[in-house]
Amino acid sequence: MFIINCPYCGVRDQSEFSCGGEAHIVRPKQPTELSDDEWAEYLFMRKNIKGVQFERWNHAHGCRKWFNMVRDTSNDKIHAVYKMGEKPPVI
Amino acid sequence: MTKYRINKTRFVDQTKTISFTFDGKKYHGFEGDTLASALLSNGIHLVGRSFKYHRPRGIMSCGSEEPNAICQINADTNLTEPNVRATEIELYEGLRASSQNCWPSLNFDIGGINNLISPFIPAGFYYKTFMWPKSFWKKIYEPLIRLSAGLGKSPSQPDPDIYDHKHEHCDVLVIGGGISGIISAKIAAKNNLKTILIEDKNILGGSTIYQNNKNFIIDNKKSNEWLMNEISELEKLDNLIIKTRTSLAAFHSYNYLLAKENISDHLPLDKKNGDIRQRLWKIRADKVIVAAGAIERPLIFNNNDRPGIILANSVKKYLDFYGVSTGLNNIIFTNNDSAYETAVSLFEKGISVKIIDIRKKSSSNIVKNAEDLGIRIYWNSTVVNTFGYKKIKSIEIMNLSEDGSNVTGNKHKIQCDCLSISGGWTPMVHMHTQSGGKLDFREIDQVFVPSEKSENHINVGSCNGDFELEEIVKNTNNKVKKFLNINESGFDKISVLCSKDLEKKNIWLLPNTISEGKTKSFIDFQNDSTAKDIKLALREGFKSIEHVKRYTTTGMATDQGKLSNMHALGIIADTAGVKMGTLGTTTFRPPFTPLTFGAIVGRSVGKFFDVVRKTSIHEWHVQNNAKFENVGQWKRPWYYPINNENLHEAVQRESKTARDSAGILDASTLGKIDIQGSDASEFLNRVYTNAWSKLGIGKCRYGLMLNEDGMVYDDGVTTRLGENHYLMTTTTGGAANVLSKLEDYLQTEWPELDVYLTSVTDHYSTASICGPNSKKILKKLFPNKDFSDEAFPHMSYQDAIIDKIECRIMRISFTGELSYEINIESKYGKSLWENCIKAGEEYKITPYGTETMHLLRAEKGFIIVGQDTDGTMTPIDLQMDWIVSKKKYDFIGKRSLYRSDTIREDRKQLVGLLTDDPNEILEEGAQIVSELDKKPVEMIGHVTSSYFSPNLNKSIALAVVKGGKKMKGQKLFVPMENKNINVTVSDFIFLDKENKRINA
Repeated sequence: MFIINCPYCGVRDQSEFSCGGEAHIVRPKQPTELSDDEWAEYLFMRKNIKGVQFERWNHAHGCRKWFNMVRDTSNDKIHAVYKMGEKPPVI
Repeated sequence: MTKYRINKTRFVDQTKTISFTFDGKKYHGFEGDTLASALLSNGIHLVGRSFKYHRPRGIMSCGSEEPNAICQINADTNLTEPNVRATEIELYEGLRASSQNCWPSLNFDIGGINNLISPFIPAGFYYKTFMWPKSFWKKIYEPLIRLSAGLGKSPSQPDPDIYDHKHEHCDVLVIGGGISGIISAKIAAKNNLKTILIEDKNILGGSTIYQNNKNFIIDNKKSNEWLMNEISELEKLDNLIIKTRTSLAAFHSYNYLLAKENISDHLPLDKKNGDIRQRLWKIRADKVIVAAGAIERPLIFNNNDRPGIILANSVKKYLDFYGVSTGLNNIIFTNNDSAYETAVSLFEKGISVKIIDIRKKSSSNIVKNAEDLGIRIYWNSTVVNTFGYKKIKSIEIMNLSEDGSNVTGNKHKIQCDCLSISGGWTPMVHMHTQSGGKLDFREIDQVFVPSEKSENHINVGSCNGDFELEEIVKNTNNKVKKFLNINESGFDKISVLCSKDLEKKNIWLLPNTISEGKTKSFIDFQNDSTAKDIKLALREGFKSIEHVKRYTTTGMATDQGKLSNMHALGIIADTAGVKMGTLGTTTFRPPFTPLTFGAIVGRSVGKFFDVVRKTSIHEWHVQNNAKFENVGQWKRPWYYPINNENLHEAVQRESKTARDSAGILDASTLGKIDIQGSDASEFLNRVYTNAWSKLGIGKCRYGLMLNEDGMVYDDGVTTRLGENHYLMTTTTGGAANVLSKLEDYLQTEWPELDVYLTSVTDHYSTASICGPNSKKILKKLFPNKDFSDEAFPHMSYQDAIIDKIECRIMRISFTGELSYEINIESKYGKSLWENCIKAGEEYKITPYGTETMHLLRAEKGFIIVGQDTDGTMTPIDLQMDWIVSKKKYDFIGKRSLYRSDTIREDRKQLVGLLTDDPNEILEEGAQIVSELDKKPVEMIGHVTSSYFSPNLNKSIALAVVKGGKKMKGQKLFVPMENKNINVTVSDFIFLDKENKRINA
């Protein structure tokens, strides 16, 4: 159970949040122009890193805002949290 | 006093007698006893039978590591609890304990025959034997195994006790109230840190509190006296919470810990009632100091499991803490100095004691102490066999060869009634590893010790591999000061004198003259796995420690291998010829000791198990005899039986009345999302499959929402309330998920859209009136409103007022009938409903529940998302091509609708099914096949919805069938247990294909 620093609300318990998987996967602007393989790449393919991973999180039982988090999956250390649309930090 | 209660101590009050029963027989103990110490004081060693061979087993330890003495407490009552360790339960008046895993009795157990045939039941016996013939499993093997297996009996009545949860925050949490935990807690609390000290026993002090040996001196006092003084000072500190009878269950990341406090387990039965039994503490600590101690290791030799074979330090605790001698003619078998403390204690109480030591010598103070007392020591020797069936009677010893790999010389037999064994100590690294910490292997005494990496927790004392009193005290002081950033503590100038254990020798599996296959050298006492089993597993090709563990079940009993894991590892390393440090360990998983389910769930039982959501009309439904069904957290009326109607009869009546005259449904539970903003229309265009830009204000439209993978996700009617204002409805169960999904897209993919979403599900109550007379009822309710088709057409909405309260009327239909939904602020829901019922009285309006709603919509072929779809259905599969916009450039899921897989023509598609016998009703979920003779029979689909339609007077069903679109008129079969039902594929709209009733 980690402690997460919501960029909008501050430090809260993990039980208030839900994880939305890998971050920075942008929905294609023109899906109709993609091949099946290209669309499948967007739709299905996700990294599962042991180590530093960029993730989407939602403060589901709080402000309901989505934000991004850099987390080391091997020890759950959270390196950074930042708002949607902000540039990912260099870790 | 009994023969074995030979010592008076300050921990057991021998003026307070407590009576209890074991296996039906009455005994006495004293206040302060555990069940185990009380049994031993009565000379009872035999307390259980082993799991596989049903060998007699005795009490072996004095703590949570106990593998043998597990009992059923208060059998056949609602308070009963299986698998309780006798070493942990405090004695109370009226306690009834019984042994487990024996039949017909502990003294005569038929299962003991397994011991005789044990050469034929090696590791993996069950896996290997009960494989064939396959048909034997269900009828013969399983019932037999179930009869002979198992530990205690689970209670058959509800748990009467109350359990509690409590959240706590602190600066420092200290786990373990032994000497290092006490030093740590004192340093922390004295430096103004909010500190919690938890200890699983009923008093603080660990093993030092009964250490009265003169070789262990702190500040010129015997170590136990020094510690008692420290404890009394500790209890005066303000910012320290001391929790005894509290054991740590789990150490999660970010210093989140769970601890279980026993509040009433030790109280007499008549004082338990109504109290909270256990409390689960959920502690978030800034810093954690683990002082969990160490567990003594057994030694592995032939027949090392007889009653009367007990860990040496436990023998000392029974003697010096409980005042009980485990035997009157003791032998100590050791590989280290710590067991000599036991020997000296026994000798000083006048009990006969001899020592067998696998080492060649030791010159430490404590050994000299024993030699000076004249205690006989057999150096360089090992036990090769033990005798006595229900209690040890004698042992045979031999000399060890030069390198310890073999035995030499003659066997020498010695009589005894207790054998105290000590194989050294294993630091309790469970907490450290649960928190994510790693371990290092220390070669010199063969232990895994914590490898310190964490900034937020440290390990001190013997759980950190410090076994000698001096290093325990001094290292704890230094480490805690550094960890808490403190310059000076009260322990900086402390003087400690102790015996030093300099001669180390360890042999994981002691040698013997008998061939290995004929010995029984137990490693895991509770699961009966032996050294032979481990070696067999290695011969059979298992290499990973995790695999050997599962194959032999070593370490998988309720003690979780606290005594056995290290020996299993050691024997694997020796046999495979690898270094133990390279093998790694098995994973230490929480909980450290078993938790009760009660403690885990706390107060979330019964009506507090989950939130119950009721509509504002709920009371009316209750008064009118509604039966309810759970839809998500909502209670929805299912049907309203009149007189003694069953479900079928009520639904037939409700359905008929709704179509013939009028029906009313509480639709308040449907999800409602208020959508506002200048880009609201564009937003709906992107989330629904159909087009929304041209929907006029005051109009309603049905929408289908997909996942990005093209599969149907939710559906519902959305109404345009204003230029930039919509009200979306969702399915009852999907409301929360739909809102989350929409928010996700808005915040992350389309932040440029000016759209705001608000859940208003609970703000409005909804009465849905349908049937040919619905318009007349509405007219009565709203006399000033024009309900003509021109003024108020299908799929439109109007504001209205009833009893001076504003409401919205939507003319929409989920039944295919002329139908209106009235939305009103929730608090007026019930009065609106009652008005509707009153107005509908002359038309015999019937309230109907979800079952009738399902039937009515199925007659019209309307899908229910989640019933007729399962996350693998596209709108094309559902034959709903009409709702998928060809013109729109994009919407969620559009691209997926023409992936190679989604355009396959043999996908499961929605069809209607009619049974050849119109009275035969299919079972929902039933499988559909096209050919009965072809083996294996291919399943081509399943029934998703099925009803008897009173309006069509026949059975109808919806189903999904592979390539079903092109199968209209085809005969298929629904095979059931006793018969095959013949069905014909039909259109899935069974009633009013022309949609005439909507404007009736």
